[in-house]
Amino acid sequence: MNTITARKPFLRRYIFSTDHHVIGLQYLILALVAVAIGTTMSLLMRIHLVWPDLILPGHGPILPEDYLALVTLHGTMMLFFVLTTAPQSGFGNLILPAQIGSRTMAFPRLNATSFWLTAIALLTLLSSTLVQGGAAISGWTAYPPLSAVASAGPGQALGMDLWLASIVLFAVASTAASINTLVTIIKLRCDGMTWDRLPLTVWGWFTAALLSILAFSVLLAALVMLFADRHAGTSFFLPAGDLVSGTLHTGGNGSPLLWLQLFWFFGHPEVYIAILPGMGLTSMLLANFSRRRVFAYRTMILTTLLIGFLGILVWGHHMFVAGLNPFAGTAFSISTIAIALPAAAKVLSWLATIWRSRPQLTTPMLFALGFVSLFLTGGLTGPILAQPILDQYLHNTFFVVAHFHLIMAMAGVFGLFAGAYYWFPLLSASSKNPAGRIMSESLGRWHFWGSFLGAYATFLPMHITGLAGEPRHYAQLTGIPGSAAAHLLATGSIPLQKHITYGAIFLASAQMLFLWNLIRSTRRGEYAPENPWQATTLEWHPDLAPFAPPSASNETIAVHHAPCTYGDTSFLTQWSPGDKPE
Amino acid sequence: MPQLASLLTITWPLPADASAHGPALDLHLFRNLWIALGLFALAHLLLLIGLLRSRRGNPYGDDRKHLWQIEYLPLTALALLFIFLTVQAERLWAAARYTGADPAALQIEVTGMQFAWYFRYPGVDATFGAIQPQLISAAEGNPLGIDPADSHGHDDFITSELVLPAGREVDLRLHAQDVIHGFAIPEMRLKQNAVPGETVHIHFTPVTPGTYAILCTQLCGTGHYRMNANLSVLTPAAFADWLATHEKVQR
Ligand code: HEM
Ligand SMILES: [Cu+2]
Ligand SMILES: [Cu+2]
Repeated sequence: MNTITARKPFLRRYIFSTDHHVIGLQYLILALVAVAIGTTMSLLMRIHLVWPDLILPGHGPILPEDYLALVTLHGTMMLFFVLTTAPQSGFGNLILPAQIGSRTMAFPRLNATSFWLTAIALLTLLSSTLVQGGAAISGWTAYPPLSAVASAGPGQALGMDLWLASIVLFAVASTAASINTLVTIIKLRCDGMTWDRLPLTVWGWFTAALLSILAFSVLLAALVMLFADRHAGTSFFLPAGDLVSGTLHTGGNGSPLLWLQLFWFFGHPEVYIAILPGMGLTSMLLANFSRRRVFAYRTMILTTLLIGFLGILVWGHHMFVAGLNPFAGTAFSISTIAIALPAAAKVLSWLATIWRSRPQLTTPMLFALGFVSLFLTGGLTGPILAQPILDQYLHNTFFVVAHFHLIMAMAGVFGLFAGAYYWFPLLSASSKNPAGRIMSESLGRWHFWGSFLGAYATFLPMHITGLAGEPRHYAQLTGIPGSAAAHLLATGSIPLQKHITYGAIFLASAQMLFLWNLIRSTRRGEYAPENPWQATTLEWHPDLAPFAPPSASNETIAVHHAPCTYGDTSFLTQWSPGDKPE
Repeated sequence: MPQLASLLTITWPLPADASAHGPALDLHLFRNLWIALGLFALAHLLLLIGLLRSRRGNPYGDDRKHLWQIEYLPLTALALLFIFLTVQAERLWAAARYTGADPAALQIEVTGMQFAWYFRYPGVDATFGAIQPQLISAAEGNPLGIDPADSHGHDDFITSELVLPAGREVDLRLHAQDVIHGFAIPEMRLKQNAVPGETVHIHFTPVTPGTYAILCTQLCGTGHYRMNANLSVLTPAAFADWLATHEKVQR
């Protein structure tokens, strides 16, 4: 992305830029750093579970507090700094304005501020590994009193404060970014871009932004309350008489359950924020490479909104056995099962879109198909977990870890890969080479198959160890004191552990192909032809490309069609005035 | 049908089931798992066929009818399936959780703390003595802070192993001293968080004598993975002996 567009100094052009393309790239680079660190951490966890005596060079053995810090950082980084950041803020900045026919985001300075807050948030989180006591150990959900009392464990003093500070910054940045997204979509659509002509990706970004504003503001309130409990003597989450490591809480009488309510009111929408843009992109890619319109386009818009709406009504399914009234469990069970229907409607539409279409199996298409498969597989265990009587057995076992890694982590990452391969020409565009480059298809295909098989090899067996009774957040499975517990683990889950770890190593290794492809293609990939995938959406409009020649930029951009209009052999872009596919 | 049910059970790797409510829960779980597996296979089959079979025109055109066939009909079927499963699940959930234990159930208090489970039996007076958090001191032999001023507490006794008679309902009152803990007995198909500041009742009936694992399933600190205890289910006679010895020792 070397550019000669302006005579602005380097810093202003690349670092403190208000150009949404640059900001989008910055977000993607940040997410790439986070996913690399987060993956390394997950491998350390997996390796430790299988070879507990391994000595880490320069560190020593992995102690229980190290393991828990790894879980906490892995989960926090992956969810916030990868799956929220890359699709919503990364691709959202790079692609969204062009997809609606706009040349900018609504608030460029706010946009840059959001990015820098996010970057500081990531640094704050990472810095917590260096302080006394290490990083926080209470998981990405940070349940109090564990997270509210500094003496509750290693890392729960300064490490926990840094975690809180990091997430506060992130929440502020996300809220600002989401307002930006919403205003951009509502105000900056070009002529003819009616709501029912909006690409489904934009609907994904739109719904995710709505959810972000709602969810992150509640999280922000909860974080501030927790901060006050830790440092200002309040008792939102601490009951009277609570005794942690010899510290008796004699202040007011609060309840940890309040945190659970607030946290999950945020936490469940958060996973939809992470996945909705991927769902939108998948819909568009399946149609594009099948040369066919999206089956039931309007229903797809409706289900996106419905998933968003129901998404804020289901948080209690994380609390079936947390001490909630059992009747509330029933209500949340029903709302959760209900959300399976719009999700299933999406899967049906995807299947119908590609049905007997002989699609072109390009790398982005493969990843979109992988998204469908993983979303489906992970999704099928959702209704099981939504039944409180079954959750009373499965809650906090590896069955849950399997479920959310398939539906959220893997499907989410596949959505990101689909986006990266698909939009790479726009990502790599420069003023010298406005059409950009294209990533290597053969490397991409190897990368896809490695990731696809690796994802299943790693996460399918976790269902089995969960059913066999393996709880999550266990720093060790061997050498635990209780005879019955040791027996339970040894007969049930331990036999499969090595397999899972090999799967994870294989999965992570396959990502080297992506990194290699990325580096190689950026520097000497094939030049992309104009609109290389014969897409119909506006981001491929020659005037809207990231470094389009300024001469072209005076033309007004208008839209004449719904996206994904294809004839048997031809395609009709949204911006071409003709009323039939040629 | 029962044979079929047992066929389904041997193929999923759950630990042995030793509680009265367990078999119905297992059956429902297996039913769910098989359905999920079936839908998984069906959807992937459709995906593969859709990808591999040759293109013949536009299979759905603009026709509203196709929307019904391809989307609304399967969705209705799915909805009916989910309603059926949810109703089944709710009946089991209601039986387990909507009402409290039988008044004749054995009363035991469970306390979770970093990183141990304590079980308190009420003794011959069948009443638990009051607890004062200020009095908690494991060093002085009072890990739960039982108030000596309350005479109900004098015959209470505390164990680190949960001992229960087979075939009798037990009413557990769970709470936590410091942070949230997860009280779980996989072989009893039971799980409930113990939350500081709250008391949660759960009840169940163990049926098969044996030794089972009690785990902690809510992240509670560095010792989380080793916070476990044994559950001993004894025959009613053996339990009566055990109880008598402990009550005698206490007095
Ligand atoms: C190489 C791929 C990955 C592997 C092997 C892996 C493995 C793990 C492991 C072992 C745990 C700890 C489970 C426990 O002890 O409770 C975990 C937790 C978690 N992972 Fe991953 N993971 C991977 C990728 C991802 C991705 C891409 C995401 C993105 C969303 C993700 C999100 C999470 C979350 C949210 C948790 C829960 C953390 C917590 O409980 O605080 N993981 N993962
Ligand atoms: Cu615990
Ligand atoms: Cu624990």
